[in-house]
Amino acid sequence: MVGSNFFRARFFSLYLPLGVYVLFLLFPFYWMLLVSFKPTNDLFDLKFNPFWIQNFTLENYLYLFQNTDFPQWLKNTLIVSVVSTSLSLVCSIMIGYALARLRFPGSNFLGVGIFLAYLVPPTLLFLPLAQVISFLDLYNTYWALILTYPSQLIPFASWLLMGYFRTIPKEIEESAMADGCTRLQILVRIVLPLSVPGLLSAGIFCFTLCWNEFLYALIFMSSGPMKTIPVGTVSDLIKADTLFWGSLMASAVLGSFPIAFIYSFFVKHYVSGLTAGAVKG
Amino acid sequence: MNHSSAGTLPSSKSSFLRDLLDRERSLGILLMLPGAGLLICFMAYPFFLGIWLSLSDSRIGQMGDFIGLRNFADLLTDTIFHQTARNTLIYALVTVPFKAMLGLGLALVLNNRMRFSNPVRASVMMPWIVPTALSSLGWFMIFDPVFSPISWLLKNLGLIKANINFLGAPNLAIASVCLANIWRGIPFFGITILAGLQAVPQELHEAAAIDGANVWHRFRHVTIPAIKGVVLIASLLSIIWTFADFQLIYILTKGGPANQTHIFGTYAYQIGLNATEIGMGAAIALYMFPILAFFAILLLIYLRKEQ
Repeated sequence: MVGSNFFRARFFSLYLPLGVYVLFLLFPFYWMLLVSFKPTNDLFDLKFNPFWIQNFTLENYLYLFQNTDFPQWLKNTLIVSVVSTSLSLVCSIMIGYALARLRFPGSNFLGVGIFLAYLVPPTLLFLPLAQVISFLDLYNTYWALILTYPSQLIPFASWLLMGYFRTIPKEIEESAMADGCTRLQILVRIVLPLSVPGLLSAGIFCFTLCWNEFLYALIFMSSGPMKTIPVGTVSDLIKADTLFWGSLMASAVLGSFPIAFIYSFFVKHYVSGLTAGAVKG
Repeated sequence: MNHSSAGTLPSSKSSFLRDLLDRERSLGILLMLPGAGLLICFMAYPFFLGIWLSLSDSRIGQMGDFIGLRNFADLLTDTIFHQTARNTLIYALVTVPFKAMLGLGLALVLNNRMRFSNPVRASVMMPWIVPTALSSLGWFMIFDPVFSPISWLLKNLGLIKANINFLGAPNLAIASVCLANIWRGIPFFGITILAGLQAVPQELHEAAAIDGANVWHRFRHVTIPAIKGVVLIASLLSIIWTFADFQLIYILTKGGPANQTHIFGTYAYQIGLNATEIGMGAAIALYMFPILAFFAILLLIYLRKEQ
């Protein structure tokens, strides 16, 4: 009887609320998956229960690869995300190390500046930035996004890495310096290998943000074959007639999958990285 | 044995030390350069260019003339802009208590010992992780006047006669976009607060329990003080991000029906790019600045105090 009481307590304090949360937080994804695997005609048939699949089909996914620019969007998104993430990581490692370990004029001021830059939203900048991109003649080139994304990524990534570098005992670096290593050698050979979890968090953070970015991509990459997945899906797959839901949801599912996949593998790193900043300040 | 601190170095090495300090200074500046360069070109410069644009009658592709504060003044008499400001405040401020409370609930649930805790955490984080543009499309269908599963369910339960037009009526449309925004924000609050909860030593709870504190007292006097800081930080960040949001509204309503759900970002986009009045658009975006600056400074002061 003790067991059943225990289970009842667990049920009300854990399983029931958890169930409600999971239902609410995952329902939109369930719905997207469901619609993506249904033939379009089934959506219109009101005698079917809309919360289940009657006739499973892959036609929406096939349509996406055969009749739309989706493969091209996938390629664009990958190229932009990988290059932009690498660029941001290199810059952030340098900034993070300089702010964590080196004393130089203006370092305090720059630290605050980097933090404030983290809070500058793209909506504040997109109109003048559109002029800058036009002036540099970068519209519909990968460079438009590769060069503009880091300004959104470097502040948080440097902040996160700075926190990580500070946790490495100074003594290790000092003894290496006594052995004749230069600062740069120490950074590359000692600090970076000890900071792999931090680098992983920063990398995942940057990659996720590049993959998910919408506003800059919407404006700077507006020509059909140069679009990224979020922009292509929103602007090309919503059509005036009502037959588009299947392929729209299929594209949303495929575009979300890589991020969900990477994230569930590295959940611990990501969460610790995300919260390290918030908790430590 | 290694030298443990610079102070113990013999004086014969003082020139080496000075050299090192010199190099440290120059190296520090050198390391800042690439990142700072990108931030200057694509953040600081556009920011100041935006100020200039907002003071001009520029249109897309042509630099206009200086017209002083006329754009800002014109907006003050623009009824759509009034509605936009009202919507933005509702969207950014009203949603925060819901996100914070529901996030706290989620954190308390996740803080239990349970099997499969990693997959469970990963899955409830999805609304925050997945591209908002794509998850918004899920909500776009959930709110559709014809295909909405909510309407279907309520109709089959006999609660309503006709489908609900979630995004078609102004007040309902604002409530709907707020719901989608709350949905997206809960995991961020949840995981941030969870980190705060896990920083509370278990002994504190046990000691309080031995002293006769019940669950509510322990929550009130042990848990709440421990997470107050992270809740405040998460709330300020959330306000700043939501205030400057774009994609969720752009995808769900495009600011409609009849411009009733615009927020600063979507209205600036419509005026600046669709109507090509980029100077006026820049002025709309800049109206965000004082409010964003206020919350950013609040956050900065709080973080400094914590340190």
